[in-house]
Amino acid sequence: MSKIKLIEEKLFRVLMFLATCLIAFALCLIIFSILYKGIPSISWEMLTQTPKGGFYFGKEGGILNAIIGSLYLSIGATFLAFIIGLPVALYMNVFLIKHKKLINIIRFFLDLLWGVPSIVYGAFGFTLMIFFGIKTSLLAGIIVVTLFIIPIMVRAIDEVLKTVPVGLLESSLSLGSTKSETAYRVFFKQCIPGIITAVLLSFGRAIGDAASVLFTTGYTDHIPTSLSQPTATLPLSIFFQLTSPIPEVQNRAYASAVVLTVIILIISILSRIFSKKFQKNQINF
Amino acid sequence: MNNKSKIKIQDLNLYIGKHHILKNIFTEIPEKKVTVILGPSGCGKTTLMKSMNRLTDLYPEIKINGKIIIDNKNILDNKQNISKLRQKMGLLSQRPYPLPMSIYNNVSYGLKINNKWTKKEIEQKVEHYLKQVALWDEVKDRLKEPASRLSIGQQQRLCLARGLAVDPEIILADEPTSALDPISSQVIEEKFAELKKNYTIVHVTHILRQAKRIADYVVFMYMGEVIEQGTANEIFENPKKNKTKSYLKGLFY
Repeated sequence: MSKIKLIEEKLFRVLMFLATCLIAFALCLIIFSILYKGIPSISWEMLTQTPKGGFYFGKEGGILNAIIGSLYLSIGATFLAFIIGLPVALYMNVFLIKHKKLINIIRFFLDLLWGVPSIVYGAFGFTLMIFFGIKTSLLAGIIVVTLFIIPIMVRAIDEVLKTVPVGLLESSLSLGSTKSETAYRVFFKQCIPGIITAVLLSFGRAIGDAASVLFTTGYTDHIPTSLSQPTATLPLSIFFQLTSPIPEVQNRAYASAVVLTVIILIISILSRIFSKKFQKNQINF
Repeated sequence: MNNKSKIKIQDLNLYIGKHHILKNIFTEIPEKKVTVILGPSGCGKTTLMKSMNRLTDLYPEIKINGKIIIDNKNILDNKQNISKLRQKMGLLSQRPYPLPMSIYNNVSYGLKINNKWTKKEIEQKVEHYLKQVALWDEVKDRLKEPASRLSIGQQQRLCLARGLAVDPEIILADEPTSALDPISSQVIEEKFAELKKNYTIVHVTHILRQAKRIADYVVFMYMGEVIEQGTANEIFENPKKNKTKSYLKGLFY
């Protein structure tokens, strides 16, 4: 009996190790191939200029329009999703605590929405735009991306809030605070590190998604100066460059991918530092 | 009983789902005394205590009927202002739940909610209540540090100070020493002995020795029923019911 258990233990340890290696290998391969093809094409010019005529045929210019456009779009959408999503998640975990069935139904639908492919959001946004007569613009993109990341934001914050023990809720209430005071002053504070992670997760989805903005933001070589103008995004910029038959332009696509990766990396590191600062107040249960 | 009673519980029945947890509870809790609710684990002591400040509201499966009368008001009546009601009662739970903020803010949290004190008054009160629970000397140089850095015993005293700061009339304590080391437990017990001059204390415990040390009045519960109640003397020296006698002998835990 014990021998079988020992073998079982070893077998699963090996399997887990192999699975970890596989993931690590795949990740390294992706990063390596992006860097390998992208780094040589990265130049200061590329980061600081908008495309000039003939950029997509290998001539001068850069992807500043897409970098700025992507940042506008994903920061705007993440901000909107946060100010809508945080109250929803707090409401679920503080106010609806008596209605477990309702909460589970809400969670189920949010998970469903999380799983809906972003192209469906794009198509939905496009239908809305036609209905309201809005042209492809930064605003339309922000709205669609917000819709697309709200389920992610709510569920990610919700998962963190779920870990707050009932005892803390009881303590706060028994001090005479109302449920909303408890929500914003106790639950929110206790969960700030996790909430930052949730925001980061949503931001990552927002900046990396091409399908939802395909119909809604349009594409332009200019940096948008108002919400009603169309804008370029990095994923679409990568797509357009990669589909070019010219190798030079293809390599620039990889360089753009490096830029996108670095932006996400910077945001991750910043949020880690930021959340460390708040971790000290967190109570460990 | 000669004393005025603070809390009167009449015909209280509580169900969790289909289980009948509290059965026809009739009891009175005297003012400015330590009342110990004694009984083995799972007999409904904690549930009875939580129904006194309506924390039972948080659990969907709990159904409750009967009356709990505090200051001539039935608190189970839905028209009551629950926040006000809860402010009347400080809660000390089995393990401390400090709020995720600094030591100072833990105590000032309840004061700020009331919104009637100036900053200076709050400062004085924080100091006063931290002194009252014998924590001031240990934390006075690090009031801005998060409460999570304190030891469990210190955290529990902080929770007591925080509860006292909202100026309650009743202290509900649910086995407040069960997670603490002997010295911190002793501090809490001693504080209760002092605090009973001004507060009505309801202390839930299954520890017989502790009950003997601190109780003025005892409510003995078993399987969701109040078996016997009376002054500490009556219950410990001269129990009338068989179940009480066996518990006092340590026959069931």
